[in-house]
Amino acid sequence: MLGLEFPQINEVIRWQNIFGSFNKIALMACAAAVIGIGVFLLAGNKDPLKAPKGIRNLAETIVEFIEDTIMQTIGKDGLVWTPWILSLFVFVYLCNVPGIIPILQMPVTARMALPLFLAVVVWIVYIAVGLRHQKAGYFKHMLWPPGVPVAMKPLVGLIEFASNIILRPFSLAIRLFANMLAGHMLLVTFSLLSAALFQAHTNKFLLVPMGILPLFMLIFLTAFEVLVGFLQAYIFMILTCVYIGQSRHSEHAEAH
Amino acid sequence: MEALSRLISDTKPIQTPDEAKKAAAAIGAGFAYGLAAIGPGIGIGYVVGKAIEAMARQPEAAGMVRTTMFLGIAFTEALALIGFVVFILLGL
Repeated sequence: MLGLEFPQINEVIRWQNIFGSFNKIALMACAAAVIGIGVFLLAGNKDPLKAPKGIRNLAETIVEFIEDTIMQTIGKDGLVWTPWILSLFVFVYLCNVPGIIPILQMPVTARMALPLFLAVVVWIVYIAVGLRHQKAGYFKHMLWPPGVPVAMKPLVGLIEFASNIILRPFSLAIRLFANMLAGHMLLVTFSLLSAALFQAHTNKFLLVPMGILPLFMLIFLTAFEVLVGFLQAYIFMILTCVYIGQSRHSEHAEAH
Repeated sequence: MEALSRLISDTKPIQTPDEAKKAAAAIGAGFAYGLAAIGPGIGIGYVVGKAIEAMARQPEAAGMVRTTMFLGIAFTEALALIGFVVFILLGL
């Protein structure tokens, strides 16, 4: 129809290997890491006694933002986690952003590898934190929230085990991955649609002006993706904080 | 209207069982995502609506409410996203 052939999913998200299995996505992930480290190293080398401006101002704003979030979710004693949470947030954000940068046009996190790896790292960290702060009592508190009747213990234990140990890393990874992939697919769909309408061979008078509509939608969605890229990095970061906070304190809060 | 009728007439009829399977998968994928979006749509609306209500009543607690709101949105949204992943898996 209309000469519009939607490409297979593999064509949309798979890129040619540059060497070995190293492709554009891996290159952008490396670039994200290098840019993140570089910005904060540059900011760290500025004179701390002068009023912050330029790159240092930016870095301090981000650090303050992370500290605020940690204060709200883990508490004051969670501030030791600031560097790690900060690098997680900056890396995820810089991996989300290429989705809307012209030429790059592919969020690194739209491939499952990176979100899954990050989620597994977070999973290991929050279990380790729980074991360190509550010893073996961690699993007891996790499986049976205080006040559960004895008869309900097997069922509650099973559900809590599944939600805390198995589903958490998956939902963390899938949330980031699927959000970015969905955004990427939307951009692909609307750009293909407007390209196909602009190049229509039949009914030119009707179809060519109609190509403006998907174009407007594309512009709107690109602006929306700016928001989504930030929001997903923020949500990934805040969920990590919440999981670590729950592992540190023995009181049980419900979350999946 | 002519363009519309031409759109419809251009589609080829299904001939082999493989094509029928593909068509069924495509229809299933479309339904999977559409159905998966209903619940979370209502849920996110409810979460954000209540959060706005709370912020309007107590503006000094807005920061805390916003954080909790984003958490709630994230948990609710995960369901819709699982539907989206299924949509892609079925469409493959």
